Amino acid sequence: MEATVVKTGTEGTTWGGGNQPLKASYGKMMMWFFILSDALTFSGFLAAYGFSRFKFVDAWPIADEVFTHFPFLHGVDAPMYYVAFMTFILIFSSVTMVLAVDAGHKMQQNKVIFYLFLTIIGGAVFVGSQAWEWATFIKGDYGAIETKGGQIIQFLDKEGERVAIRDFAVAASRDRVEQTGDNGIWYNTEGEYLPSVSYEQVKEGFLANDNLLVRLQYKDEHGHHIILSREESIAKVVNDGQLIVEGANLRHNEYGHPLFANFFFFITGFHGFHVLTGVLINIIVFFNVIIGTYERRGSYEMVEKVGLYWHFVDLVWVFVFTFFYLV
Amino acid sequence: MAHEHKLAIFRGTVKFKSNVSKIWGVFIFLSIVTIIEVALGIIRPEFLVDTHFLALKLLNWIFIILTLVKAYYITWDFMHMRDETTGLRRAVIWTGLFLISYLVVLILIEGDYIYEVYKNGFIKFNF
Repeated sequence: MEATVVKTGTEGTTWGGGNQPLKASYGKMMMWFFILSDALTFSGFLAAYGFSRFKFVDAWPIADEVFTHFPFLHGVDAPMYYVAFMTFILIFSSVTMVLAVDAGHKMQQNKVIFYLFLTIIGGAVFVGSQAWEWATFIKGDYGAIETKGGQIIQFLDKEGERVAIRDFAVAASRDRVEQTGDNGIWYNTEGEYLPSVSYEQVKEGFLANDNLLVRLQYKDEHGHHIILSREESIAKVVNDGQLIVEGANLRHNEYGHPLFANFFFFITGFHGFHVLTGVLINIIVFFNVIIGTYERRGSYEMVEKVGLYWHFVDLVWVFVFTFFYLV
Repeated sequence: MAHEHKLAIFRGTVKFKSNVSKIWGVFIFLSIVTIIEVALGIIRPEFLVDTHFLALKLLNWIFIILTLVKAYYITWDFMHMRDETTGLRRAVIWTGLFLISYLVVLILIEGDYIYEVYKNGFIKFNF
């Protein structure tokens, strides 16, 4: 059968087809453009975070005072050391990844296996660290009172040290009775959010202890939260206080503005999901390397492509680290 | 990958003998930058916190610039952007850079405007 192929007379010249001006394979190029679009997604999130932060710029929590924990070191004030550790883990797993790519170029199967294994371990340690970071953030630290207007007020002693509400709240004078459908209004069931102490207990304990002061969400011109005098503190707690907040969730956040917690969960969660999928893809490629798929194929380009994704995850973390923990 | 790696960084002032030693060199550089960032974040020098430049604290400018430096070396050396053709590099980097800076500038100006309205505005319902 005669095919209707038209000869254009341009074969072998620039427009004759078969050129690869970018000198990259289809898969690698598409990985780059996927990364570009994913980068735009992340910058959309981070820009939204920046928008909310600029909107409440004088009442935004200070990251140094929020993330102060390190595993196995209880009661030690260690601002940012743990995130710095996480950053190093991720940068180092990036290094082992790029070493695996380099070994792949040289067709050294065993080296690729070794470095990919280290990369997977690094990724797993990072995801685990993030889970710990979340758990600590959700559990909370000192507790706070939320006012009727939705502001967070925290407690300090006269030396300026934070005081946990459970330490000064007076013991409950009577047992708490759970509200059930048959002894109340049928649609008014017990709330899901139950702090360990009630607002009344905290208020009573606060009034009994002259050493306690209130710290507001608002910051002065030096970026420090404003601390009220004893009289102003009493007025604030008695007149405006409404609710006890312990830890952070999507509605309440003892560290400050609820939006801070919302963006923290959303952005680090989305990044953590990327790390998780990165680890899974790495594991798949790792087993492919072990069974010799790429050795038979004669090219380790798949390692390079998944490597690009892995480095991108590291790249995003560099920005998340800056905008959540440093700035 | 048939083509060779470019082994010089810092505009050609530091040259490495092999790709592996370049990777370790870049890792050490990134670590130093991260350590500087964390140290500044913990100390927070008064002078850098109280000085403002273009609506941001000087300290925050330092953080942002150091972050961009880190991003550059991750992209250029770990992701081998240095070895790609000019066309591919520009298609990815220029597109991203343009769209991201456009979005960030507009949205931060808007956020600052709403802050001003909350703070000083007499009319809050129709801004």
